[in-house]
Amino acid sequence: MNDMPMVRFENVSKRYGPLTVLDNLNLDIGRGEKVSIIGPSGSGKTTVLRMLMTLEAINDGVLWVDGEPMTHMMQNGKLVPATIKHIRRIRAKIGMVFQSFNLFPHMTAMGNCIEAPITVLGMKRSEAEERAAELLDMVGLSAKKDHYPSQLSGGQQQRVAIARALAMRPKIMLFDEVTSALDPELVGEVLQVIRKIGREHDLTMLMVTHQMGFAKEFSDRVCFFYQGKICEQGAPAEIFGNPKNERTRQFLNAVLEAG
Amino acid sequence: MWDWTFTFEILPVLARAAIMTIEATALGFAIAATLGLVLASIRLAFPAAGVVVTVLVELIRSTPLLIQIFFLYFVLPKAGIVLDAFTAGVAAIGVHYAAYCSEVYRAGFENVPRGQWEASIALNLSPWNTFKDIILPQALPPVVPALGNYLIALFKETPLLSAIAVLELMQTAKNIGSETFRYTEPVTLVGVFFLVMSLVSAGMVRMLESWLQRR
Amino acid sequence: MWIRMLTAMLAATLLLIALLSANPEYRLFMPGLLEGAVLTVEITLLGAVLAVFMALIAALAKLYGPLPIRWLSTTYIEIFRGTSALVQLFWLYFVLPQFGIFLDAFLVAVLALGLNIGAYGAEVVRGAIVSVARGQWEASIALNMSKAQMLRRIILPQAFTAMIPPWGNLFIELVKSTSLVSLITLADLTFKAQQMNQSTLKTVPVFTLVLLIYLAISLTVTIAMRLLEQRTSRGLTRGRVA
Ligand SMILES: Nc1ncnc2c1ncn2[C@@H]1O[C@H](COP(=O)(O)OP(=O)(O)O)[C@@H](O)[C@H]1O
Ligand SMILES: [Mg+2]
Repeated sequence: MNDMPMVRFENVSKRYGPLTVLDNLNLDIGRGEKVSIIGPSGSGKTTVLRMLMTLEAINDGVLWVDGEPMTHMMQNGKLVPATIKHIRRIRAKIGMVFQSFNLFPHMTAMGNCIEAPITVLGMKRSEAEERAAELLDMVGLSAKKDHYPSQLSGGQQQRVAIARALAMRPKIMLFDEVTSALDPELVGEVLQVIRKIGREHDLTMLMVTHQMGFAKEFSDRVCFFYQGKICEQGAPAEIFGNPKNERTRQFLNAVLEAG
Repeated sequence: MWDWTFTFEILPVLARAAIMTIEATALGFAIAATLGLVLASIRLAFPAAGVVVTVLVELIRSTPLLIQIFFLYFVLPKAGIVLDAFTAGVAAIGVHYAAYCSEVYRAGFENVPRGQWEASIALNLSPWNTFKDIILPQALPPVVPALGNYLIALFKETPLLSAIAVLELMQTAKNIGSETFRYTEPVTLVGVFFLVMSLVSAGMVRMLESWLQRR
Repeated sequence: MWIRMLTAMLAATLLLIALLSANPEYRLFMPGLLEGAVLTVEITLLGAVLAVFMALIAALAKLYGPLPIRWLSTTYIEIFRGTSALVQLFWLYFVLPQFGIFLDAFLVAVLALGLNIGAYGAEVVRGAIVSVARGQWEASIALNMSKAQMLRRIILPQAFTAMIPPWGNLFIELVKSTSLVSLITLADLTFKAQQMNQSTLKTVPVFTLVLLIYLAISLTVTIAMRLLEQRTSRGLTRGRVA
């Protein structure tokens, strides 16, 4: 089983009515691999993450996680659509951080981090709080644990959101443009935290980003999406230093020009 | 349980009473829409009087319509104003809903941008002309659906007139019931009448709303 | 600011009632009217409990129930919003007995008014739930919560704040519609007033006092809901970063 990748998109398609957003996608992500997804707006990057988080149903294909199908399950040797119970068992391995933070506004930073460990994992409150305190410390927010989201800056909110996701002990972390809603001076503190968890945790990470510098330095592999397809992928040095595809080159030129 | 012969017997009587209900609705709403506009305009024109209107509106909305109907019916004669039950009842309903309507108009006035007033001053229009030709035509159309919803609400409260023996639908149904000892058919028919009328008019208000939005 | 004005109005109303009661013409009626007011408040409170209960059930059923349950709840909502409270009251009072179901008038009153306001409340609850930001659902899914956990812990607490002002209006409607129970022989405030009016013909004192008492009850409800609103919205807006 361990020779299976951590995540496998197998002939996955996603359509909204007549619009095909992802066209027959095949993508493997290895254990512990850090993959960045780049590409123009509307190319389907967010959709890739949302399907993996089961926020969107897929129309065709199979999604595999940690050696097991997630969108389907085995029954009498055949793949049939998964039940919610099966989906929740597999989904437990995945955590996600959103562009717009999506913290629970009626709970403190601490409350956000212990809610799901208690209700979903059935942890004891004291245990959950201890673990959450460690994580909030790791993201540099020990002092803010009793603050409500409305009392935190965007960068602080996003760091709480990262701690909250990690509190569920996922094997896979998804980041969807997590610095795009931030003022420029707050981007650094969030990227710093992501670097740190990349180093300290044995996580498979999949991130959509517009921070080309960060993608280049941090990831093992970069995928360039264009119109619902992977147009080019490879090591960061390859993609950024010597893009083969004309579209990749155009995109990178445009992005680098904009700063 | 359900007697169809009886149903067809009482149907014409109920139909006549339904006309009375609809008349009461129309007259009551005419009062509500007009008086409501007057109240909202007073508030707009004389901010000093605004507090009085606010308190009056709050007073009317905080006390039961039924008591207000009794009040007009029993108290006004003491002041020498004798109204028949229908007139007193319809007036009470009209005043009650005028309080609600005035809030609707107020929201309409507040939605007209300040710049419209300022432009009118710049064009040296008189306050009255500004109000009549510039503000009202912009304030009214958007609030028509909200007024429509109050029309439906008012319609559904006309059965209260039965409390002062106005021969509208509910009173007629009750009379039939006490004469024949059969309440099932008349009271259920009244319910069905109100349900159908409300659903149909709510649908019409929704259509009006989307038409206004597309306009 | 608004609470202060309402409190002032309530104080003025109570003061006026006290002043009027100093006059023997008015004082005569106070004991009977207060008795009626107690019944009015009882029906209001029980009706409110039933209304909130029905509203929650019907809203959740309409949003998340299987198809037949969804239809059932839509039918309940449309019927009780589409016909008037008085028709519902009379139907339960006069028609149910013809089907062999005999309910006490008090029970009929609480049922009819609670079901009526509950139907309006269901739309309030539904509206508040669907207006919670989509990201809150998505974050809950990402944390692997079950649907019930999301609703109970994340969505409903946030919807609660949005629901308070419209529920305030509905509770006022409830207070006012309790006057209808006088028409099914329950001795509430309105019934007492009618009775006293007919027996003494002192129309002005009786109806003035009754209006003032209703006003006091309604204002109390409004003020209570405003205070509740202030308290619950505090967590959501606490010291918002400028
Ligand atoms: N719920 C939806 N309904 C219809 N179209 C959608 C929906 N969500 C996304 N899309 C479309 O799918 C395409 C890909 O969207 P997305 O994955 O968000 O792109 P990206 O993240 O690369 O900007 C876009 O054209 C977008 O308009
Ligand atoms: Mg995106």
